[in-house]
Amino acid sequence: MQPIFDPHKPIFQSISEWLKGAILTGIYEEEGQVPSITEISMQYKINPATALKGVNQLVDAGLIYKKRGLGMFVSTGARAQLLAQRQDQFFDDYVQPLVSEAKSLQIGAHDLKDMVERGYQ
Amino acid sequence: MTIQVKDISKRFCSTQALDNVSVAFGENKIYGLLGNNGAGKSTLLNIITSRIFADNGTLNLDGVNMVDNDHALNQIYMLGEKNYYPESMRVKDALKWAQAFYPYFDHELALEIAQRFNLPLKKKITALSTGYTTIFKIVIALSSNAPFLLLDEPVLGLDAQHRDMFYKLLIECYTKNPCTIVISTHLIAEVAGIIEHCMIIKDGRVIKDAPCEALLHNGYTLTGPAALLDEYLLGKQVLSHSSLGGLKTASISGAIPNAEEIPPGLEIGKMNLQEYFIQLMSDENNSVARFMEDQ
Repeated sequence: MQPIFDPHKPIFQSISEWLKGAILTGIYEEEGQVPSITEISMQYKINPATALKGVNQLVDAGLIYKKRGLGMFVSTGARAQLLAQRQDQFFDDYVQPLVSEAKSLQIGAHDLKDMVERGYQ
Repeated sequence: MTIQVKDISKRFCSTQALDNVSVAFGENKIYGLLGNNGAGKSTLLNIITSRIFADNGTLNLDGVNMVDNDHALNQIYMLGEKNYYPESMRVKDALKWAQAFYPYFDHELALEIAQRFNLPLKKKITALSTGYTTIFKIVIALSSNAPFLLLDEPVLGLDAQHRDMFYKLLIECYTKNPCTIVISTHLIAEVAGIIEHCMIIKDGRVIKDAPCEALLHNGYTLTGPAALLDEYLLGKQVLSHSSLGGLKTASISGAIPNAEEIPPGLEIGKMNLQEYFIQLMSDENNSVARFMEDQ
C-alpha cells in the first residue's frame, strides 16, 4: 500500500491519509510500531518536516502515540475510530458523487438501487 | 547559523547577472533555488562561497562578513559545475585530500557512499563519465558534514536510479546530521517534496521567496468557457492563459478563492510547484506562448 500523492494536495495530507488507510486495513496493527519519520521521508523522498506534519495529525487525533526513544505506535481503538470516521464520511465522499453522476447519465433511483444490490452479490 | 545576502549585484560585461538580491538561508532548512538557465542561480552560489565577487552588497554569516573569510567559508560546502582537483588525481586520493580542506569531512562516510554508488576509486577524476563525475562530487558533498550545503545542479547527468539514490541519501544525511541545504535544479518535480522553502530567480532578481506551501496557496487555475472566464478575470493578476477551442484555462496569482466565489461553469484547480514555476516564467516575453496565441 502506497500513499497517493495527488500533486494538487499538500504532501503532509497525502501522508496522513496513507497512514490512516494502512491502520484501517491492518497493515499497522494496534500497539504495533509505525515507520519512523526518517523511514517515511526517505522512502517517499519528502522533507522530514513534511512527514512529521503528516504523522502529527494522527498523533493529535490520538490514533498513534510516541514512546520516547522507541518510536511511534498505533493506539488501541484506532481502527474502530477510523472506521466510524469513514462511515460518517461515506455519504458525502461516495454516495453524493455517485448519485450526481447517475443523475447526469439519467439513471433513476430505482435502477441505481438495483445496481447497488448487484454489486453486493 | 544564518547566511544573510544583502543587496548583491553582479554584472558580467553587458549582462546584469544579479540585480540587488537579498535573501537569507536559515539553520537546518532545505531550500530550493529555482530559475531558468542564465537566471543567476550559480552566480549567487559562487558569490556566497567567494569563488567570484559581487560588485556591491554584503554577505554575512551570523552578522560577520563572510567574503574571503576562511572561518565562514569552512562552514559551507558547495557542489558546483567546476572541478578544482588536479587532473591526474585519482578518486581515492581526492577523498583522502578532502579531509585537509573540509574541517568536518568524514572519510569513512565518503568511502561508504562511494561504494553504494559503485564509484571506481582507482580511476582518475578526469576519466570519470559525466554521471560519475557528478557522483564523485555528491560523495564529497554528503561527507563534508558542513553546516551549509550548496548543491548546484546535484543530479547533472545522473540516471533515474542514481537520482533516486541521491535524494534518499540526502534525506538520510539530513536527518542524521541536520544542516542547511540549498538545491539549485531544473528537475523541479523531483525535489518538490524535499524542499521546504522556495526561492525563484528570474533575470537576476528574486521574484519569489516563500515556504513552498504558502507559495502554492497563492496561485490557482480556472477553466471554463472563454467569455465567462474573461469576465471573471478582470482585475485579477493573470500569470498566463491558454485556449482550446472555446475552452480557456488561466493561471492566476493570488489567494485561492472559496468555491462559492467562483461563478458556476468555471472550474478551479490547484497548481503543483513545477506548474506554478512554468506559469511564473511564461510572461508576454515568451515568444512560444505568443506565437501559439497568434494562430
